[in-house]
Amino acid sequence: MGLKNFTSVLQNPTFLRALRNSFVFTVASQILVLVGANLLALVLKNAFPGRRFARFLILLPWVAPVSIGSIGWKWILDSLYSVINWVLVRLHLVKEFSAPMWLGEPKLAMMSVILVHTWHMLPFATVIILAGWTAIPKDIPEAAAVDGAGFFRRMFQIELPMMLPIINVAVLFGVIFTFTDMTVIYILTRGGPYDTTQVLPSLAFFTGILGSDLAEGAAISIFLVPLLVAVAWLMLRSAHRAEVV
Amino acid sequence: MAGVRARQLAFRTFHWTVLAVFSVLLAFPFYWMLITSFKRTGDLYDLRNNPFVFNQKPTLEHLRLLVNETLFLRWLGNTAFAGLVVVAITLLLAVPAAYALARLTGRWGGRIGIAIFLTYLVPPTLLFIPLSRIVAWLNLQDTLWAVIVVYPSFTIPFSTWLLMGFFKSIPPELEDAAMVDGLTRFQAFLKLVIPISLSGILTVVIFTFTLVTQGFVYALTFISSASHQTVGVGVPIYLVRGDVYYWGSLMAACLIASLPIAVLYNLFLDRFIAGFTVGSVK
Amino acid sequence: MAVVQTRGLTKLFAKGQVGAVVDVDLESREGEFLVLLGPSGSGKTTLLRMIAGLEEPTSGEIWIGGVLVNDLTPRQRRIAMVFQSYALYPHLTVLGNIEFPLKARRMPKEERRRKAQWAADLLGIGRLLGRKPRELSGGERQRVALARAIVREPSLFLLDEPLSNLDAKLRASAREELEQFQKKIGTTTIYVTHDQVEAMAMGDRVVVMNQGAVRQIGTPADVYDEPQDTFVAAFLGSPPMNLLEAAGVIVGFRPEHFHPSAALPADEPVLKLAFRAKHEEYLGAERILYGVLEGGPFDGEKAVARMSSTLAARFAPDVVHDFAVAKKDLKFFDREKETRTEPRALA
Ligand SMILES: Nc1ncnc2c1ncn2[C@@H]1O[C@H](COP(=O)(O)OP(=O)(O)O)[C@@H](O)[C@H]1O
Ligand SMILES: [Mg+2]
Repeated sequence: MGLKNFTSVLQNPTFLRALRNSFVFTVASQILVLVGANLLALVLKNAFPGRRFARFLILLPWVAPVSIGSIGWKWILDSLYSVINWVLVRLHLVKEFSAPMWLGEPKLAMMSVILVHTWHMLPFATVIILAGWTAIPKDIPEAAAVDGAGFFRRMFQIELPMMLPIINVAVLFGVIFTFTDMTVIYILTRGGPYDTTQVLPSLAFFTGILGSDLAEGAAISIFLVPLLVAVAWLMLRSAHRAEVV
Repeated sequence: MAGVRARQLAFRTFHWTVLAVFSVLLAFPFYWMLITSFKRTGDLYDLRNNPFVFNQKPTLEHLRLLVNETLFLRWLGNTAFAGLVVVAITLLLAVPAAYALARLTGRWGGRIGIAIFLTYLVPPTLLFIPLSRIVAWLNLQDTLWAVIVVYPSFTIPFSTWLLMGFFKSIPPELEDAAMVDGLTRFQAFLKLVIPISLSGILTVVIFTFTLVTQGFVYALTFISSASHQTVGVGVPIYLVRGDVYYWGSLMAACLIASLPIAVLYNLFLDRFIAGFTVGSVK
Repeated sequence: MAVVQTRGLTKLFAKGQVGAVVDVDLESREGEFLVLLGPSGSGKTTLLRMIAGLEEPTSGEIWIGGVLVNDLTPRQRRIAMVFQSYALYPHLTVLGNIEFPLKARRMPKEERRRKAQWAADLLGIGRLLGRKPRELSGGERQRVALARAIVREPSLFLLDEPLSNLDAKLRASAREELEQFQKKIGTTTIYVTHDQVEAMAMGDRVVVMNQGAVRQIGTPADVYDEPQDTFVAAFLGSPPMNLLEAAGVIVGFRPEHFHPSAALPADEPVLKLAFRAKHEEYLGAERILYGVLEGGPFDGEKAVARMSSTLAARFAPDVVHDFAVAKKDLKFFDREKETRTEPRALA
């Protein structure tokens, strides 16, 4: 492949759209994952009756093969038989014949793939953050409580900063995985409607593998590399920091 | 004065609300798979019915269809086989590599370990070209072995990195003591280091096995016959005929493919968490 | 300044278990250095944590400065605590650690700085302010923990074995410093330790605990010289008090009160004992002599004598020597209840 492939890629509006989508997809889903995982970990770190079962339920989306979980969602978001629409119609929030097409309208489709991907990634991040939380010696938040810190000060000034290296690891894994994966999108929308949910990996796949233009597919993938290098650098730094602690 | 009680009440409310909302959001698709699997077709596609309950008697028809008239069982078998082989290959290569890096090369061990880990970051689509060459050269196109040779290229770097953390956390004095006691280094490794790192090894096993079951893109690309597929591709791609989705059988397939791994995971979760944190923080 | 009072304080961690703390009534005095002393597992930490508000009592009341604090959070109790591990915040600098309690109280920045500087200077750690806890030695960490505790000028100071992580040499000097320091700031202090030397050296009063219950409260001299039961008698002192059984009563005397007869004044009323020496430990400043009593009420019981190395007498092993204890140094304990009883005549 030569420079030609790159220039043709850069002039391709589908590519530019996929590039933008990749960022939206990754950033949005990772923010949701991070917030959700912290909330969940906060709840799961205390002992309570039924904790093992709750953990089992919450872990399911990560453990089930992602393509298979996505198929489940495809049925839930079906254009005709969506259970969500059934509920919305019964609640009189939407009309029966103008119910939202979750995977058929550009904005909704993007939202749907982001949410399904978040659904898939959330348990893993929760597990990692939970591990970070349990690694904090119990007397440190206790010392903070005696020092007069309330719940939020303890959480935001003591516990979360102490967990930062491990949260970094969770985020970086998530970013790498999200940025290079296309399974959810392939199953739910195939990049559609009209390429509005196309991301770099899926575009590379459609161009390079299905379209048999391997060179251009590879050229598209190359654009993933700078971001991944940046992520790798961050990862090394946080690994380094974690080692010193 | 009433501070403590009020706080406790607020905390309980928060606790159970978050737990309920997330459990429902995360587990709902599986409930949906379950109920869909056993609903009669007429029940499924009648919009007047309440979809959350059985409006007609449950049926095993979708399950029968799945088992008798599709390659589903074959895919499950293929996946289990590929998983086991990849796990074996990964362990065989990653354990000695990680040990060597953790022990024998001093400070360079760490850097090489990180470099190895970085290869994990290379986007799969970039690797297609070299990997498809290798698959073609080995004459493995369209066989299950195509993915079996490809997956270790991701599982080994990651596993090596993870195990390195484990081996490093074992003080070398332990092996020295064993060698003073008359064991060879290799025996010390087998009898001491491996049992102590069992959590790490289990983590690697689980991680590798999931990667194979989760794998989608490579199986989709390298395997074109339905009968050689893994379950992750077989179900979403080959159970759909043209544009027709047999939702009942599809959901039954999803449920069956998800549950065994979920149970396996839950058994080993604590070890997995331990393994993961040691690997990533050390 | 404030006093702490507990009434019938009890903690059961699990139903049906013996209590970690059982029915403790305690009252500190203004500005006092009160030491909780007891073997490991005797409930000292649990008691301290209940006072701090980190553990909820199963029953009983806690009063601090005349206020019932059972329902107050640790934050509302306005106390300071030094943990055994020091519990320094690893991601904050020394300055950040010391300032944290002030920040939690929303003190303005300048005042905070001034206070932190004052506390740091008081403990001689002014030059460490920019460091992270992991870059400090054990002794420095302990000072930072103390600085963090005093900086908000608490009304009550709780310390849980703050010296146990230091090496032996450092511990002795830190003990001395801590004691001086408490005298200087004059804050009521409750100090937990399992080390009797620490307790005796530092405490205004010592609370001896065992199995969750308070066995005796008193000045170091009180608990050492007038133990109220055999537990206190045996727990304090090294080697511990000789406890011998005779005629339905337990008789105790300290090894340092067990002398060769010749060493006692002639007009002192004494209990004479024939002592067969077994072996001797030479400890530099003193000698410990182990042996067996023969004849009399304690025939065959083991006993220990402790005497100054400057004493010239030699005690050949396996030879019976004439030893004696002054009558005033004999303590009597009830055989069943193991508590102190009146002196009585021995056969
Ligand atoms: N969180 C806890 N759960 C159950 N038992 C505990 C807990 N904390 C302490 N204990 C028990 O309570 C008793 C007193 O412990 P502790 O107060 O730590 O003693 P000390 O500080 O004197 O060594 C011990 O038997 C200990 O095992
Ligand atoms: Mg303790």
